[in-house]
Amino acid sequence: MTDGSPTQAPPLPVTATGNVPVPHSASGPASAPRRGRVRRLLGWSRHVGAVVLILIVLGAVLAPWLAPYPADGTHATHPLDTLAGPGAQHWFGTDAVGRDLLTRVLYGARTSLTVAAAVLTLSALVGVPLGVVAGYAGGVVRDVIMRITDIFLAFPALLLSVALAAVLQAGTGSAIIAISVGWWPWYARMTCVAATTIRTRGFVDSARCLGVTRTRIVLRHVLPNAVTPVLVQLSLDAGGVILTSAALSYLGLGPQEPTAEWGLMVQQGQDLFITDWWVVAFPGLAILLTAFCFNVLGEGLRSALDPHRELTR
Amino acid sequence: MSYLTQRLAQSALVVAGVVALTFAITRLVPGDPAVTYAGPRATARQLAAVRKQLGLGAPLPEQLWRYVTGLIRGDWGTSLHTRRTVLADISTALPATLELVGCALVLAVAVGLPLGLLGAHLRRGKGRWGRAVGDGSVRMTSMLAVSVPAFLLALAVQNLFAAQLGWFPVAGEYTPSLNQTSPLQHLTHLTLLDSLLTGNWPVLGSALAHLVLPALVMAAYPVGVVAQMTRAALLEEVAAPHARLERAYGFSRWQVLTRFSLRPASGPLLALLALVFAFSLVNAFLVEQVFNWPGLGRYASSAITSADAPAVAGVTVVVALTYVLTNLLVDLTQAVIDPRVRLS
Repeated sequence: MTDGSPTQAPPLPVTATGNVPVPHSASGPASAPRRGRVRRLLGWSRHVGAVVLILIVLGAVLAPWLAPYPADGTHATHPLDTLAGPGAQHWFGTDAVGRDLLTRVLYGARTSLTVAAAVLTLSALVGVPLGVVAGYAGGVVRDVIMRITDIFLAFPALLLSVALAAVLQAGTGSAIIAISVGWWPWYARMTCVAATTIRTRGFVDSARCLGVTRTRIVLRHVLPNAVTPVLVQLSLDAGGVILTSAALSYLGLGPQEPTAEWGLMVQQGQDLFITDWWVVAFPGLAILLTAFCFNVLGEGLRSALDPHRELTR
Repeated sequence: MSYLTQRLAQSALVVAGVVALTFAITRLVPGDPAVTYAGPRATARQLAAVRKQLGLGAPLPEQLWRYVTGLIRGDWGTSLHTRRTVLADISTALPATLELVGCALVLAVAVGLPLGLLGAHLRRGKGRWGRAVGDGSVRMTSMLAVSVPAFLLALAVQNLFAAQLGWFPVAGEYTPSLNQTSPLQHLTHLTLLDSLLTGNWPVLGSALAHLVLPALVMAAYPVGVVAQMTRAALLEEVAAPHARLERAYGFSRWQVLTRFSLRPASGPLLALLALVFAFSLVNAFLVEQVFNWPGLGRYASSAITSADAPAVAGVTVVVALTYVLTNLLVDLTQAVIDPRVRLS
């Protein structure tokens, strides 16, 4: 109330009492951000998150050039160099077969970010079209599609992924599929809610009156408007995907040796943790840092784009 | 009443879907379950017998029918690994997990709620210091709690407090040697409760000491989520018109938060707790592994490693059913508390 917010608040969007904190699906354009000093103080965390994330992405992309021992990222082993502590030669130390951990952590970023990107893309590609169709068609189609998503959502996300990954051949590809199967229903549900409100809007009615075909209305008018909240949600979910894929790999259901993967590295090093802490600490901290940055960034993005949140600041 | 029937019908449909989906997943198993069951050195005749015993030769719809009726009759199949019935395995493993999850949820409410309250209070406070640093640190703490992988936290805590400092036991549910000196009488299979009821103090003490670390690790995520959600929901309530009225009546900011905003915000929080409960059951897969806790999670991870499809399916069905039921319970409770829910 101190920083001159308008006294007359615009009508607040109704909050769904759904069981998951998803952002309000029908958020309009954000009001112009106020650049108060307080706000800038509060906003720094988001920028730090973004910068660190950019560094992580750069590290992943440039791993073959940045890594001190690129061969260690994949197949090389050095039996004479096992479990060397962090030092000038190996900044993060070496693992049980003598591979440089800094290299492995950098290559692990590639695996984790690839999995995250693939899962989010795949889930959005399945969920968004289904949601748009369900929301626009309404009636029986909507009911059927939404009941199917209900069934998938009846499994806690990690459970479905674990069950599925357990029966598929373990590997990067099946990890991606297993996580996506538990992930797409959220986007279907979100898009459906958004499309349901959009189809009653005036511009859709007028398009229909002008004789625009149904396909064209869905593609040109409903989809672009329904997809915005999903894009925000995708960025919010990246941290969750990173954690889920790390958990799968930790259970041995993700990428297999010699692929560098953080969760797998923790699992393989856990028996050595007491004597050789770096084997677990560095890949573990990499997971933590990446998930944390994604979450911080996602939260910042959500409050920046959500007019409702803006008012409650 | 119509809300009740509608909600029940929806849950029944979801349960049917869950069972069908689980069945579909188990049929995806690469390799022959009969081979896993009979072992690598089984003869062709033994394999055929096993296949008949497990009902693998029948057409798929018949198998599905058998699976569903089996579930209802309490015949959940036989674990390929332990050779015991899946239901027996699960019923010995589940109480230990529920103990862990229960503690985690209590901690989530006991720590997360005040933390969220504090964050919201500091955020609405006057001082810039309180806003930026106070609320900021609450936000960052809860964010950190949500972002840390459970297995990493478990390993770190185990290494520090058990292996290095020796404050707590490293793993297990209670010291096994106590089975000789003061054997535990099983009533509910909840070790804490059983030892308390039978007055078995050595086991109770040992079980409590063993519980601390895994329960703390399991609580990290729930505490973080509950704190975040409480904070967000309270800030939303405080910005609502009723809060302005209460302020005008002369209630302090703190009173507006605790007396008038906590209750309307409790609906989403209750729903969140149901979600967190289910999440914690799955999180146990990771934490129990590290602490060698004899619960559902450890059973599930060993079933996964040994490609034990009936066991994996059993655990999946149990957790999903628990989730559906808690959601139903929460929705019905909300309908009782909040008339807007049942009338919409």
